[in-house]
Amino acid sequence: MYISLSDRPAAKTAPDAPPARPAGRRRVAPTVVALGVVSMLTDISSESVAAVLPLYLTSVMGLSLLAYGVVDGIFQGASALVRIGAGWASDRTDRPKWVAFAGYLLSALTRGWLIVAQGLGAVAALVTIDRIGKGIRTAPRDAMIAASSAPDDLARAFGVHRALDTIGAAVGPLLAFAILLLIPDGYATVFVMSLGFAVIGVTILGLVVPDRRPRREHAAPGSRPAPLRWRHLAQPRLRVLLVVMGVLSLLTIGDGFLYLSLQDRSGFAGHWFPLLFVGTNAAYIALAVPFGRLADRWGRTRVLILGHLGLLGAYALALIPVEGIGPTLGCLVLLGAFYAATDGVLAAVAGSLVDASVRASAIAAAQTVVAVCRMIASAAFGALWFTVGRTESLLILAVLLALSVPVCLVVVTRLTREAPGGADGSAAA
Amino acid sequence: MRRILLTTVIVAVTAGMVAFGLSAYADSRADREGAAPVAEADLATVQDQPRIVFRSTAPGDAHGTVAMVPLADPAGPRALTGVVCDRIDVAGDHASCLRTVRGVLTTFEADLYDSDWNRIRSWPLPGIPSRTRLSDDGMMLTSTAFVTGHSYAAGGFSTQTTVHALTPGAADPGDIELFDLIVDGAPLRAADRNMWGVTFLGGDEFYATAASGDRTWLVHGDFSARTLTAVRENVECPAISPDRTRIAFKKDRGDRQWGIAVLDLATGEETVLPETRSVDDQPEWLDDHTVLYGLAREGEPGASDVWSLDVASGSAPELLIPQAWSPSVVR
Repeated sequence: MYISLSDRPAAKTAPDAPPARPAGRRRVAPTVVALGVVSMLTDISSESVAAVLPLYLTSVMGLSLLAYGVVDGIFQGASALVRIGAGWASDRTDRPKWVAFAGYLLSALTRGWLIVAQGLGAVAALVTIDRIGKGIRTAPRDAMIAASSAPDDLARAFGVHRALDTIGAAVGPLLAFAILLLIPDGYATVFVMSLGFAVIGVTILGLVVPDRRPRREHAAPGSRPAPLRWRHLAQPRLRVLLVVMGVLSLLTIGDGFLYLSLQDRSGFAGHWFPLLFVGTNAAYIALAVPFGRLADRWGRTRVLILGHLGLLGAYALALIPVEGIGPTLGCLVLLGAFYAATDGVLAAVAGSLVDASVRASAIAAAQTVVAVCRMIASAAFGALWFTVGRTESLLILAVLLALSVPVCLVVVTRLTREAPGGADGSAAA
Repeated sequence: MRRILLTTVIVAVTAGMVAFGLSAYADSRADREGAAPVAEADLATVQDQPRIVFRSTAPGDAHGTVAMVPLADPAGPRALTGVVCDRIDVAGDHASCLRTVRGVLTTFEADLYDSDWNRIRSWPLPGIPSRTRLSDDGMMLTSTAFVTGHSYAAGGFSTQTTVHALTPGAADPGDIELFDLIVDGAPLRAADRNMWGVTFLGGDEFYATAASGDRTWLVHGDFSARTLTAVRENVECPAISPDRTRIAFKKDRGDRQWGIAVLDLATGEETVLPETRSVDDQPEWLDDHTVLYGLAREGEPGASDVWSLDVASGSAPELLIPQAWSPSVVR
């Protein structure tokens, strides 16, 4: 079942021909499922802590969250840089599994430390190290997903992984609050449980997931693996993808702003404000696999770009002056659909645009561009919000996004059409 | 071999988690049942005299509920209301209570109680309660909450500070973050601005804290002009004295440690009080020369005490109410 991209007879597939087999019939590779389970356990671990950490800091340690927020913001940028470095290290050493393992292990260690940590400085350091661990593991793990999946099923494989991952993100907080309900001061129990899930996750990664060597597998039998070449990464098509995603991400405001917009207007959203992300996650979980399958059949870049219409719809529903539960739920569903159509699909597109030997670097580059541009977007949007007001600033962004999506779609479509042969599965579809 | 190792790890770790959880649950039950009963006073009697209302942090069933003691005997028996709050303030005929609605789906709200402790209104909060104050007549209510509940990756905390007018027909000032913030005569529109800790001066006027980047300001606010004007730097959680001449506040000593200081509004003179521990609270005035604040107990999770500090004498802080938090003085 392990078919790497290099096994695919690209020459046999004419640019306009339909895929040889209907995508989505085959089972997703066991490695992808195993990586999904590892991510799910790790997310249960991290999100259960994240959900109760503010309560723990204020009610148990008597600390101010504001100081914590400052620390938190600074290291967001550091995490983005770590991601690029880890992607490169993964390609360079040809050991994505063990680079990812280091990232998962680092996060697991912070859980153990959290049980005994005292004071704001220690907790802030732990959160930072956890972030760095997340930055290290993401791109190598995605490279492994790409290496373990059939090219025709790549986006679906990412969809399966992201759905499992997000299930963990949804279960973690619920589990943590359930523990606090049974044991009112049971923060230590939450931390111990979090450590346990992280340890099981790391163990599964270490023992179950095969140690794939994408560069060596790529090489012809008997020959030495090709050295890492910069020109493999400096692909014009990858560059266009980065620019297009950069533009769209600059128009992507943080979920927090959308939730605040909803809260401003609807009593329902106000009451459930701290839980709105649960609705978004539910939609993401439900749609990740169908959208992955759609991307494989209909064109990955197309779904990636058009997925931003989900975001546009969410902006629109946050804008319309209608009170009540309907627009709020619609907004959450569209936001979840946006993530389902873009997050995993982005890794699938970036991973398939380049040679297998530089796949982790390419995925890391794409994810970093998106993360950095979204951070800039949130800061800029915050300033705009205070300058011209909530509705006006959201309207400006919605209009810009509505104009950008078709332009980006044309740019990307031309790109895939021009590509001779095309390593991108979506070009053929 | 791998399968055996994997099974062993999963079984051992799961057993460890379950064992820890069960023992923590048993401990917590035992603590609750075995807690020494707090000396209790009659509610109607205490409610009839000058008093301090607060959140009781004594272990047992009443942990986290609103209690009160006579001003004359603050460390003595406490009267219990049974109302659960994280932060409490009482003035006029009203009590403002911010609370965490615990559950698998945990939410937060601000509740308004009448003088008989019946809940008469409720507003949702976007996250963990931080500060609340009522105006002296009890007709204006403010709440500050940390905005939480975003996904882990979103990062960064912010506050939301809201003011409600309780007089029927009066317009709600609402979220004060939407007011114009003026620093050094120019509007400041940075995305990371945050407001917290309102203290009412009466009428349209109030003081609060504004922050952007790593700077904080004492701001003078006006509800009808909808403005916040920075008047001084490095002042957080202001509390106006009963005689309106001074502000008590928490002052950043650097390295995320806060001290308590007092600002004379007429002279602009600032006095840092001799409290060496880090205080994270909005002070409350006991009278015109004494401030109160809560402090978490070192190494005793969930426990806290209310301390008092004489503004003039330079004497050391005194423990006023053991096992208490969020004091509110009703004269």
